[in-house]
Formats: sequence, C-alpha cells, structure tokens
Amino acid sequence: MNQCDWQGATARIPWRPALSFSSSPFVTILHFLYKIMAVHGPFVKIHPVVLASIVDSYERRNEGASRVIGTLLGTADKHSVEVTNCFSVPHNESEDEVAVDMEFAKNMYELHKKVSPSEVIIGWYATGYDITEHSVLIHEYYSREAPNPIHMTVDTALQSNKMNIRAYVSSQMGVPGKTVGVMFTPLTIKYIYYDTERIGVDLLQRTRASPSRTNGLTTDLAQVASAAGHVQEMLSTMLSYIEDVLSGKVMADNSVGRYLMDLVNKVPKITAEDFESMLNSNINDLLMVTYLANLTQAQIALNEKLVVL
Amino acid sequence: MLTVFFDLWSDKKRSKISSVKTFSSSCVFVRLQVVLKIIKHYQEEGQGSEVVQGVLLGLVVEDRLEITNCFPFPQHTEDDVDFDEVQYQMEMMRSLRHVNIDHLHVGWYQSTYYGSFVSRALLDSQFSYQHAIEESVVLIYDPIKTAQGSLCLKAYRLTPKLMEICKEKDFSPEGLKKACIGYEHMFEEVPIVIKNSHLINVLLLDLQEKSTVADKHELLNLSSSNHLEKSLQLLMDRMDDMSQDIGKYNTYCRNLSKQQQQKQQYLQRRQQENAQRQSRGEPPLPEEDISKMFKPPQAPARMDTLLIAGQINNYCQNIKEFTSQNLGKLFMAEALQGHSS
Repeated sequence: MNQCDWQGATARIPWRPALSFSSSPFVTILHFLYKIMAVHGPFVKIHPVVLASIVDSYERRNEGASRVIGTLLGTADKHSVEVTNCFSVPHNESEDEVAVDMEFAKNMYELHKKVSPSEVIIGWYATGYDITEHSVLIHEYYSREAPNPIHMTVDTALQSNKMNIRAYVSSQMGVPGKTVGVMFTPLTIKYIYYDTERIGVDLLQRTRASPSRTNGLTTDLAQVASAAGHVQEMLSTMLSYIEDVLSGKVMADNSVGRYLMDLVNKVPKITAEDFESMLNSNINDLLMVTYLANLTQAQIALNEKLVVL
Repeated sequence: MLTVFFDLWSDKKRSKISSVKTFSSSCVFVRLQVVLKIIKHYQEEGQGSEVVQGVLLGLVVEDRLEITNCFPFPQHTEDDVDFDEVQYQMEMMRSLRHVNIDHLHVGWYQSTYYGSFVSRALLDSQFSYQHAIEESVVLIYDPIKTAQGSLCLKAYRLTPKLMEICKEKDFSPEGLKKACIGYEHMFEEVPIVIKNSHLINVLLLDLQEKSTVADKHELLNLSSSNHLEKSLQLLMDRMDDMSQDIGKYNTYCRNLSKQQQQKQQYLQRRQQENAQRQSRGEPPLPEEDISKMFKPPQAPARMDTLLIAGQINNYCQNIKEFTSQNLGKLFMAEALQGHSS
C-alpha cells in the first residue's frame, strides 16, 4: 500500500509537430516551458466526481463514436488548477474533419454557472489514449474560451491495462514567424478530495470486492467495527515491520522510528481514577440522552393513540 | 461488551425496517457519480443550515429504480428574481438528452441539517413527484453525519396511505382516523444499493492506488457533546411545537364538549317550555334549526401534528444511532487505556 503521493513521470514529453522545424529549438522549448510552469505550475488537482462523469459519458456514447469530448470546469489560481466539474459535449469525428457543437457547450456552461458561479472553463477532456490532430483543433477552440486551457485524456479503452489519466498544457513551438507547431506538455495530476468526498469514495471502494458490483450502506455500529478493523490492519502491518527491524531483516529507519515514538506517545497518560470518572460521565451523558430519546418516542406514540380514540 | 451492544441495536433496527412494507420498488440503485455530485454540490454551495436541492434522473427497470445522473438546482435566494426554474430545468433536460443521458425525472434530492427534513414543503413536493411517477424517491443527504465518518444517504417515499390522504386533502381528525395512519407510516425508507459498472471499478482501483491514505479517521472521533447539544436543541424546539399543537387540540375538544352541553341544555329548555305551553293550551313554539344556532367549532388540521411527530421520531432515531456508536467508541478507548496503564 503506497503511503506517499504519486507523482506522474515528467520525463516523457509527447509532441506531434505539425511541420518539421529547424535551428536550435531547445532554447525556445525551455523558454516556453518556463512560461507555462509560471502560469499553471506543474499541478492539476482533480476531483473524483469529474472522472466518474467522464467514464459515464464514455459509456453512453453514440454508436460509432470512438471517443467522447467535453468541457472541464473549475478554478485556477497562480500555482495550480483545480478541476471540479465537467460536462460532455456532442461531437462528430471522421477521418478528415471534426465538428463540435459549440452552441451546446456555451449553453451548458451558462446553465452550470447559475448553480456555481465561481466555476470557469479551464479546459477540455477527451477519452482515448493519444492526442490526435483533431485534438489540436479542438484545443484551439478552447484556447479562445479560457486562457491556457488544460487538456485531459482518460484512457477508457484501457490500452495499457490501466486507466491512464493524463493532463497536458499546450504551447507553441518552432521558429516564430516560420513553421510553428503545437506541443503538449504533461502536467502532474493529484487527486484531491473534500473530506466528505473522501469518506464517500472510501465506502464505495468496497463495491469492487463484491461480485455483483453492488453495496448497501451499513448500519451504525457495523461502521465503527469496520473502522476499528481498518486501524487494526494498519497496526498489524506496522508490527510486522517492527518485528523485521528487530530481527535485523530490514534496516532501521530513523524517521519511521520517530513516527512510531509519536504514535505511542499519542495515547494520553491519565491516572486510572481520572480516566474512570471521565469515561463514566461520558457514558452517563450518552445513556441519559438515549433514555430521553426513548421517552420522547413513547410520548408521541401515546399522544397519537389518544387522539385516535 | 461491544458485541452485546451490536446485537441489541441491530435487532431493534432490523425489526423497525421489516415492519415498514415497501410496495413497488424493493430497492434503489444509485451510481457512483450521483453520490459524488450530491456531495460536491453541498460542499460547494450549501453553507450552514441552508438546504441544497437538485433533480435525479434515471430509469425504472422492472421493479427497481435506477438513478444514473443528477443535476443541481441553483439556490432560491438568488438576487435574480425573475429566474425561471422551470425553464432552467427544461433547458438542462434538453441538453442532457443530446448526450444520451436518461432524461426521466425520477425524483429529487435534498440535503438536511441534523435530520430535520420532515416538513410540509417536502411532503408537497414529494407528493407531486409521486403523483406523476409512482416510483419516485427523495434522496436525503446528511452532510454532517457524513462528515462524522460514514456516508449518510437515505431514500424515502410516501406510503400509499399518505398518498390517498394528500389526494383527498382531508386533513381533519376524522379523515386521518379513517385511514388510520400514524407518524411511523408516513414515509417508507427504500434501501439504497450502490451499483457500478466495470469501468468505474477500474477507475476506483486507479484512484486507490494513486491517492494518499486518508489521514483523518473521523469515524473514530470521540468528541460527541457538540453534536448531541445541537440535536437535543432541535428536538426541544420540535417538542415545543408539539405541545402547542396539543394545546390547540385540547381547546378544540373542550369547546366541542361545551357546545354539546349547551345544545343539550337548549333542547331541554325547549321541551320544558313546550310542555308548559301545552298545559296552558297555547301552540308550541316552532322547532328551530339547532344546527344553525350551534355551529360546531372548526376541527384543527392534523397534518402538522403528524409531521411534527414524524420529525421528532426521526430526531430520536438519529440520536440513538449516534449514542450507540459513541458508546462503542468509548469502550474501545477504555480498552486502549487498560493496555497501557
């Protein structure tokens, strides 16, 4: 289980030059790279709701369409871009031409703005693995709508046995004035959740395990039990690691040792009587409230019976 | 100790659910993105005790209701007064139809503040929805409970008895007595099942690999007094409303009985006078229409009482769930202390 952030590989830069270019392009490339990073930084933060919508619109695509495109909405600030919403846009694609329903896109954006006025168009998405020439055209359209739009690809065809989710920013390249092309530089993606979103997604992870891909929502105490089970699992993982270190199989790491120290110290040291009294008063409170709730329910039931008499 | 508690509470819960009969749909299937969209909508647009609402789209398959998409409604308190909700809805539906999203209106969703959603407005809206489409549900999302650690999303539907009453608009005590409806039989809860496609499963796998492990385990949080305070306060407010209502009903009953007495007295006096007149040989007084003289007082509408009782019931249920969870957590904390001390 990965405990650290995932950062995408920035080594590979996919670029499709429309025309070949000459003389030293490195300076220009570096210059433009620097410029993009200054505007958007290397991070794109995506909420899982966006990905779920994209997958859903891919599943509902028209007959014969191989991919789906749509607009990304969100907020952008100096250092990063946050994608919080999206909607799909109908389009037609064939060998030599591509038609996108711009009117529809504008309309939908207006409607969405009514609900959340702080969201702006920050880019577009497409399903599929590669960036094609059509993407360049579509990207051009979106550059008119938003400054420096982000292009996101979601590989729903699962070409590499994984759903590769990538984000790119485009930049001009080539010799200015003569042959210019467009280059898409990848950005790193971070998944960001609201707290409640995180809880929702964690619960829904369990649907993966069940064979019918379904999952009901559990009752109260069962949830506490499962959370406790989760913590227990984590503790056992750590214990096995500690065993390994003690028996010399694994090298001891100082930073991990410090974390462990913190963990053990977190259990507060309270004298037995103080703890007893705290515990008891808390339990008393809870029991009293339960009693009151039951009493109230009995009261209203009685009231109802009396009225009906 | 923990297992004993678990058995007790789960038994109670199970018996309560089985006593409510579901009539047409046995469960509601919800997709992942609907859940996420609802959560996001509240997170971004709903602050404090404001409710956020939206529309659910989906389809009815055999006896199940599947909810496949949703879209939010803008807040009512927008400064644009002439904002046309119907037009917004129509436009949205038309646009969604272009991208092959199911455009059947199967219900609506609403967020709630500590579980207070049983109100006249909800009843009316749900009634109009259910009148049009029999299987429609209202999804109640409780953000505060979700923030405490577990997703709280419930689907409700009006029972057929309540539908009948709403149709007749007969809210007097006699009407309700005839239908013998109690506050427990107003709404029926439909179990929600989350159903995903295989592609979504791949997505979930991807997300799990690439996201950091959640560092907040809210569910195991021990602090409870805040939540309890607020819930109890809401409960007390409702009880005040309830007692006012009961007072009104009592006055009505007393007035009714007083009127009956007066009627009796009047009749008696009439008879006596008639007897006297007959003995004197005069013609008896004409019979007057008694009912016009003694108009019965207006019976108070019982719908509000029913709603208040339902709401109180809901609060109590929530409180009990909460306390049972916290008791479990306290016992765990005790065990932890026991080991180290």
